[in-house]
Amino acid sequence: MVENKGKSQKEKGKSQAKIEVKELNIWFGKALALNSLNLEIQANEILGVIGPANSGKTSFLRQLNRLNELELSFKMSGEAFLDAKNINQLKPEVLRKRVGMIFALPQVLPMSIYDNVTYGPRMHGINNKQELERVVEESLKASFLWDEVKDRLKEFATRLSGGQQQRLCISRTLAVRPEVILFDEPCSGLDPISTAKVEESMLRLKEQYTIVLVTNNTKQAARVADRTAFFLMGELIEIDKTHKIFTAPRDRRTEEYIQGKFG
Amino acid sequence: MKTTTKQKIAFSMLFLCTIIVILPVLFVLGVIIKNGAKGISWNFLTTMPSDGMRQGGIYPAIVGTLYLVSLSIVFSLPVGVMAAVYLNEYAKDNLLTRLIRLAIVNLAGVSSVVYGLFGLALFVTFMKFGVSILSGALTLAIMNLPVIITASREALASVPYSFREVSLSLGLSRWQTIRHSVLPFAIPGILTGAILSLARAAGETAPILFTVAAFYLPNLPASVFDQAMALPYHLYIISTQIPNISIQTRYATAFVLVGIVFTMNIIAVVLRARLRKKKKW
Repeated sequence: MVENKGKSQKEKGKSQAKIEVKELNIWFGKALALNSLNLEIQANEILGVIGPANSGKTSFLRQLNRLNELELSFKMSGEAFLDAKNINQLKPEVLRKRVGMIFALPQVLPMSIYDNVTYGPRMHGINNKQELERVVEESLKASFLWDEVKDRLKEFATRLSGGQQQRLCISRTLAVRPEVILFDEPCSGLDPISTAKVEESMLRLKEQYTIVLVTNNTKQAARVADRTAFFLMGELIEIDKTHKIFTAPRDRRTEEYIQGKFG
Repeated sequence: MKTTTKQKIAFSMLFLCTIIVILPVLFVLGVIIKNGAKGISWNFLTTMPSDGMRQGGIYPAIVGTLYLVSLSIVFSLPVGVMAAVYLNEYAKDNLLTRLIRLAIVNLAGVSSVVYGLFGLALFVTFMKFGVSILSGALTLAIMNLPVIITASREALASVPYSFREVSLSLGLSRWQTIRHSVLPFAIPGILTGAILSLARAAGETAPILFTVAAFYLPNLPASVFDQAMALPYHLYIISTQIPNISIQTRYATAFVLVGIVFTMNIIAVVLRARLRKKKKW
């Protein structure tokens, strides 16, 4: 059913941004984590977000599905829109179903592979076994995990390798059919081969989804992102086409960060 | 002195202290088994007392204790777990929450005879349940609440925070998240705490003294509004109120009581060990 939403999105054309952030400020306690951020994310693009620690990139990402508000000390001002609708006017459950998230460490739940993937759909009321099996196959294929696990879906998910677990997490997020997927340093604990597989699935996924990728690995942004944003100390320093950011950045700090002079 | 010698002395001291801890347990068990084991028979466990409780068995006291313990858990487990879920998952860190936490800590420290008086005032007199199994079980339940709440909160807190984040990020409500991604993984800890609290309830005398316990009843209780005999109180009576009762009967009764408590503790330990082995995160 959400697939239809995706189509109507395309029919509207690209005039309207998938996500729009206006004058967003985020505080945790007294510390300003994000300082008057303005940016737009287009449908079906991968936006890479790079920057050193404490640059506000994760706070930005977690605002897009309102996970920040779980922190008691969280305060915000400004607005963020999903399809021109203020996300704070959506129910958090509805928003998070549309904006899925992959965490830095693979967070599989201690249950079987099958149960991990079907966790979201089951909770959203899908009980039909055939429907669920179809979702499992589709989702696992989309994260390139299907061939490795199709014969052992009932096995405990924690027995998979780290890279497989992270791809399982991607499948689990896909299974609730989101429109946007947020990746929070998804490869920070993975070896190069697993990283390559996750990146491959990201490139495939952008055909149907809008992706925001926060990464500590600037090369990863260079490899997969269409546009890249550079954050520093809670401010957006620069956002542009990825090849421009990496070849001819306008800001000296961006250049220095990419060249590894700090961060 | 050589380092190795010093170390040997230190280890011996530590070992000695450990032995001192377990000695009383072994001693108590030894005395009870030595004096009471012979008194245990099928007859002793399954017949009513007779001849002013000098003869016959302790069947009604066993039954009474089992009734009390099982009814008390029916009240204390749901209330305790739900309170723990609220405190651990929902409550904001404000004055009220801190007061509740303080109250729970203090409840755990109140002596059991105070619970007995409280049960007498609230359940027996004010709510007019009379001296009955219901009053006794409720009193035991309240005494056990702090233990169950504390154990449940620890169990909930030991479930990784990331499980909640994952579940919420998939668009589940907070209640769905707690119900399906937190509680199932906290159940081992909650159960262990509950069983341990039950074992304590089974052995307590003071809380049931004014609320349920009967000196002697010719029949088994027929409803929760009846009085009942209970093992700890029965043991107290036959040890202090009845002259010329054989030592063996007393120790056999103690044997049964300690046996029930020990069995429950062992079940809790085994359960925890087995579930911990299953835990895969």
